Amino acid sequence: MATSSTTSKQISIKVEFGGGLELLFDNQRSHRVPVPSYVSTTGKKSLKDDADVAEGKGRPVDVAYLILWLRDNLLKERAELFVENETVRPGILVLVNDTDWELEGEGEYQLKGGDEIVFISTLHGG
Amino acid sequence: MPPRLCSLCNDARAILKRPKTGQQICKECFFWVFETEVHSTITEAQLFKPGDRVAIGASGGKDSTVLAHVMKTLNDRYQYGLELFLLSIDEGITGYRDDSLETVKRNQQQYGMPLKILSYDELYGWTMDAIVSQIGKKNNCTFCGVFRRQALDRGAASLHVDHIVTGHNADDIAETVLMNIMRGDIARLGRCTLICTQGEDTIRRSKPFKYAYEKEIVMYAYFKKLDYFSTECIYSPDAYRGHARAFLKDLEAARPSVIIDIIHSGETFEVKEEVKATQKAQQTCKRCGYMSSNELCKACTLLEGLERGMATAAITERARKKLDAEGPALESIRTIPFFQQSPEAHSTDAPKPPT
Ligand SMILES: [Zn+2]
Ligand SMILES: [Zn+2]
Repeated sequence: MATSSTTSKQISIKVEFGGGLELLFDNQRSHRVPVPSYVSTTGKKSLKDDADVAEGKGRPVDVAYLILWLRDNLLKERAELFVENETVRPGILVLVNDTDWELEGEGEYQLKGGDEIVFISTLHGG
Repeated sequence: MPPRLCSLCNDARAILKRPKTGQQICKECFFWVFETEVHSTITEAQLFKPGDRVAIGASGGKDSTVLAHVMKTLNDRYQYGLELFLLSIDEGITGYRDDSLETVKRNQQQYGMPLKILSYDELYGWTMDAIVSQIGKKNNCTFCGVFRRQALDRGAASLHVDHIVTGHNADDIAETVLMNIMRGDIARLGRCTLICTQGEDTIRRSKPFKYAYEKEIVMYAYFKKLDYFSTECIYSPDAYRGHARAFLKDLEAARPSVIIDIIHSGETFEVKEEVKATQKAQQTCKRCGYMSSNELCKACTLLEGLERGMATAAITERARKKLDAEGPALESIRTIPFFQQSPEAHSTDAPKPPT
């Protein structure tokens, strides 16, 4: 996992899980995660080794990247309950700074340092 | 991107895209339309009358937690004149139900509603933990479902309530429509979209969230900061429902109105009289007095199987024959206390939907 110190090439994002999703993330609801400011423009299954970015190319980091980053770096079990077809599984609600991500461009929302992204599962019993 | 304005008040910043309409609305307008729509559902179906005693089936999960909050809000705002109670069933599942009951106890404090907890242990002499340790994880949902249904009725009777409301939402109902179609259970298909059901001898049950989307229920809880419990049951979740749910969520992602569309399809199905007639006439269980379509109700049959160490008796025909071949139940087996419904709990003027 990356270190938590924020360098100029990284931004720090606040991530929260609710509705039972936290169980996949070590039962911790709140996390602060460092993500690179620029990421690969090519879709990759795993983002752990990102050569393009190391060379300084890429697109500004967005929520779509964050989702895969969380899967690869923070998720502890049952990835299929979080990610499906390279985005969150249907039934997981996402909020960007307390606003429905459907109003913020969904995965294309470009992250800024200090943003708060909340993921809530609606799939658990009522 | 400039902040988008609420399409209802044109004033505040929009925070939610409504799945039903696609409208983008602000937080205050969201609270208002959500509550008002539930109010319309309640008044259009004439679910209550002043003075009714109403139990909210409370599990500590998102739907019933939001339901308790909204019922209290609407009862105050529109002066329904209802006496509200929280009714919880303790299935006896360590690490699951005991935690969620803590949530219900907090709701009791927050909303000032009396809380009744009825446990499988006190009613049937078996906790789900004990049942699973005897029968394994395969058919335990059958036991839990049958036991919960009767426990809710009995808990309601002991509170002398006229009515039970449950947190079933539009997604749940659409899911049930799909499941009934896929199973060919057309008789149930005709009933599962009813907002209010009442058997011959049971307490009325209604679903005020029949048209409320799960997304909005969860968003309501989030923005109101309601605390609810959200862990999957530790015993095998209903796999079939899980598939129906995943399928529905995929459809919804492509077309959000699909939830209401499916409910509407379910409502407009014409169920032939001869299909309805395949349901057996209701009678009273000879052992416990609960309504039943056979001599023994499902709960008594399941309990007898458990007590005699043949838990599958009520599930497979072959096992039932084996049980019968061993002769009648011994006097010593544990049975369910006789069901006596309080007379005042019977609202005789209640409309009776076809069962
Ligand atoms: Zn507004
Ligand atoms: Zn019985």
